[in-house]
Amino acid sequence: MSRFKNKEKRTVPQPPSGSLSDIVFMLLFFFMVTTTMRETENKVVVRLPEASEIAKLERKDLSSYINIGTPIRSLQGQYGNDSRIQLNDSFKTVNEIRDFIAAERDAMSEADRSFMTVVIKADESTRMGIVTDVKQELRKCSALKIMYTARKPADE
Amino acid sequence: MGKKTPEINSSSTADMAFLLLCFFMMTTTMDQDKGLQRRLPPMPDPNQKVEDQKVNRRNIIIVKINSADRLLAGTEPMHVSQLKDKIKEFLTNPADDPNLPEKEEIEIEGFGPCMVSKGVISLQNDRGTSYQAYMAVQNELVKAVNELRDEWAMANFGKLYIKCDEDEQVIVRKAVPQNISEAEPKDVSKK
Repeated sequence: MSRFKNKEKRTVPQPPSGSLSDIVFMLLFFFMVTTTMRETENKVVVRLPEASEIAKLERKDLSSYINIGTPIRSLQGQYGNDSRIQLNDSFKTVNEIRDFIAAERDAMSEADRSFMTVVIKADESTRMGIVTDVKQELRKCSALKIMYTARKPADE
Repeated sequence: MGKKTPEINSSSTADMAFLLLCFFMMTTTMDQDKGLQRRLPPMPDPNQKVEDQKVNRRNIIIVKINSADRLLAGTEPMHVSQLKDKIKEFLTNPADDPNLPEKEEIEIEGFGPCMVSKGVISLQNDRGTSYQAYMAVQNELVKAVNELRDEWAMANFGKLYIKCDEDEQVIVRKAVPQNISEAEPKDVSKK
């Protein structure tokens, strides 16, 4: 008789899975808080230049992005491989920056407008000519706060 | 005896949460943008008379980068790695050289009088300069100023600039200003 009893006890009880959903929800909230929605798709290849003295961008919601670089390979047939400016989701010319900045300004609240930062993401092989044009255009629109994005050197 | 309420089967909530989690992981980004922050000079008023801002010759150092990414600081060509020391010497002027910028005593709020250099770094580049070289030079300039700020904070507060609190950082920033001017675009190659 005692042998039978032992056999029944050997089955391992199922671990409680009620708290599993809580754990996953916690992960979910972590991701929701720490990440931001991806807004645009990169249409230019940007390999950032290196710089060691970089500071973090403080308000991501108050920044507008200007990407400068060569178009990605699938678009090179259409646009060539010269450096181009990407605003939002399309290629633009220097003259269109003015409208872009105006639109970005309008989307912000009155109090935040003076804190607007224009983030220039340019490829390291870009020539300064195009960057200078962009800078001059930004000065004309009086969007004076800018940031040149860079990455930390790999050996540090 | 009352009816026992049946328990709701909760084993699938985890699956639902996983789905949501996957959605957020796909559509969001976590990368933080880092870089060098700058303030562009405002556009000069076209109606205003062009007045040459008479900055004393000794107070300005012109850093030029040509289309071959060669560097000229002041009057001598040099490598990017030498630039930092040159700028630090220019901004501190330890021997009170008459060719290096003058210092001015400024009353800093919350600290007291302090000798502040009037030096301005003017950065000029060519249209053909590569962005990489431009950023390397910008980085060296910022590094020089940051090191000076660290030294100043160390001497006066006994700690590094980043370890100082908000008010002290403001004082340090006033004592060691970062005067980097990105001049109007010029064709450097013609000169």
